[in-house]
Amino acid sequence: MNIVVCVKQVPDTATERKLRSDDKTLDREAADGVVNELDEYAVEEALRLKEAHGGEVTVLTMGPDKAADTIRKALAMGADKAVHVTDEALHGSDALSTSYAMAQTLKKIGFDLVILGSESTDARTGVLAAMLAERLGVPQLTLANKVDVAGSSITIQRVTDYGFDRVEATLPAVVSVVEKINEPRYPSFKGIMAAKKKPVAKFGLAEAEIAADQVGLGGAWSEVAEFAAAPPRAAGTVVKDEGDGGAKTAEFLAAKKFI
Amino acid sequence: MHRLSDEYEALRKTVGEFARDVVAPVIGDLYERCEFPYDIVRQLGAMGVFGLPIPEEHGGMGGDYFALCLALEELARVDSSVAITVEAAVSLGAMPIYRFGTPEQRERWLPALAAGEMLGAFGLTEPGGGSDVPGGMRTTAVLDGDEWVINGTKAFITNSGTDITGVVGVAAITGTTEAGKPEISTILVPSGTPGFTVSKKYSKVGWSASDTRELSFADCRVPAANLLGERGRGYAQFLQTLDEGRIAIAALSVGLAQGCVDESLRYVRERRAFGHPIGHYQAIQFKVADMEVRAHTARLAYYHAAEKMLAGEPFKKEAAIAKLVASNAAMDNARDATQVFGGYGFMNEFPVGRFYRDAKILEIGEGTSEVQRMLIARQLGLADL
Repeated sequence: MNIVVCVKQVPDTATERKLRSDDKTLDREAADGVVNELDEYAVEEALRLKEAHGGEVTVLTMGPDKAADTIRKALAMGADKAVHVTDEALHGSDALSTSYAMAQTLKKIGFDLVILGSESTDARTGVLAAMLAERLGVPQLTLANKVDVAGSSITIQRVTDYGFDRVEATLPAVVSVVEKINEPRYPSFKGIMAAKKKPVAKFGLAEAEIAADQVGLGGAWSEVAEFAAAPPRAAGTVVKDEGDGGAKTAEFLAAKKFI
Repeated sequence: MHRLSDEYEALRKTVGEFARDVVAPVIGDLYERCEFPYDIVRQLGAMGVFGLPIPEEHGGMGGDYFALCLALEELARVDSSVAITVEAAVSLGAMPIYRFGTPEQRERWLPALAAGEMLGAFGLTEPGGGSDVPGGMRTTAVLDGDEWVINGTKAFITNSGTDITGVVGVAAITGTTEAGKPEISTILVPSGTPGFTVSKKYSKVGWSASDTRELSFADCRVPAANLLGERGRGYAQFLQTLDEGRIAIAALSVGLAQGCVDESLRYVRERRAFGHPIGHYQAIQFKVADMEVRAHTARLAYYHAAEKMLAGEPFKKEAAIAKLVASNAAMDNARDATQVFGGYGFMNEFPVGRFYRDAKILEIGEGTSEVQRMLIARQLGLADL
């Protein structure tokens, strides 16, 4: 089975994240880049499927040069090879144009199964899996907390408010995963050393047959009109217990719709 | 010169992430209850940390001793009980078998030791003598037919009594040299051998989640083939083992020293006094700056010692300097970090409280600070005056 895992480099959630004042895009230089956490679960699931069914795991990422660190981590975990889509012209792409660029690349490299995290910690649109599936004309199985493959059929389980959905489809397909699905492995030193020797193909617009007018800030359908820093956290409410502390606390919680 | 390669850096980051995500949330409880961190050890084994300096054909990761040191530093930034468990298992348990063992001994023990599925220990220190070897050693091993008969007691032996301890290398007097001195050899004693008794855990000031015990041998018999390497080579073997081990303990000390900086940096931003975060005040800033200086310089010292060792150059002096500087840094930083934390620093549930308790042993274990100074002076040619 030819599995492609899409991973994204995002700014470390533990550091302060900023937008650039000039073009209102994420300031990627201001924070350390890390693998989007949910994508690590996607990599782990891809590796488990490969271990169970055989095949090959390809890591696909789109981003600036420094996104190569993210690729290296996925390769160290055990993926076989990688494709890095990188081009100045891609800077500022929104979800729609990103899905276009990724879909073009996926058509080029081929796949039986595409796995990705259900959202990224930076943009948090959570729409890429659906968009990719539409663009590729294959089934989408989103928010999976369990994936089973048998022959050419794939089944996922998705937790809902009332229980769970089981969704079945035929391959090829696109699956997005949530953090309940597994526990991502830590790369071993052997894996880290081996990652150095694994092939990483760099694709520009031309190699992936991406039309320049469909991507980047110019090709984006959405635009950040303005942004402002989050207001500082307001002081909390202190309930003074004068015999009615319990009732007051309950009142407060009810007002916030917690109870 | 001391820039880490991409691979070392990736390893450092990975172990650091593991320490923060897996060790940090649970270690306080384990420490409090003096419980051995079996689950953490299992996960570190799966990551290959116990096999870092051991070649792949023996089940290891094919890295080197410096890779182990980087891992120890990152673990000790969060907790020293876990770090010393790995340090002792690899540098005292597995490495002597890898370096000096026969092909059969390597084949029998290394795969499980490198995977962290089994822990090894090394019994050198005795109740009556640590660095005073061979003069202070009392444990003996006598060849009786095709068996060694061991008698004696070993003290403060790390990893010697866990559920997964498989083998202990025991240094013993096996005769007298031509020069009339005690002949020392190392003999591998599998856990559970009749006559080999493991006492209950010591109650320690620090390293509370690690396993440290007294071992006694009463007519304990093992096959003659359990002799580690050659007879009479015991002294040379553990001198080499301890020289390397000093770099590892230095790395562990740097980790603790850096952990004190990490914790302090967090706290001085949050804790407020007299209208400002306490990090606003120079009295605190200077303390934190001094702590960073100590951790940084001690790190350079152990990187340098490791570099010489891996290049195959003499490194005895550099290893002793690194151990001395780094253990001082750990002790000083633990004292300062505790001061920065004030009353909270005296509470066991805060990591700095653990750091304070864990720091002192670093000036004692694997050669006291006095022994390090003695070694350095000897390397400077002062012993022959």
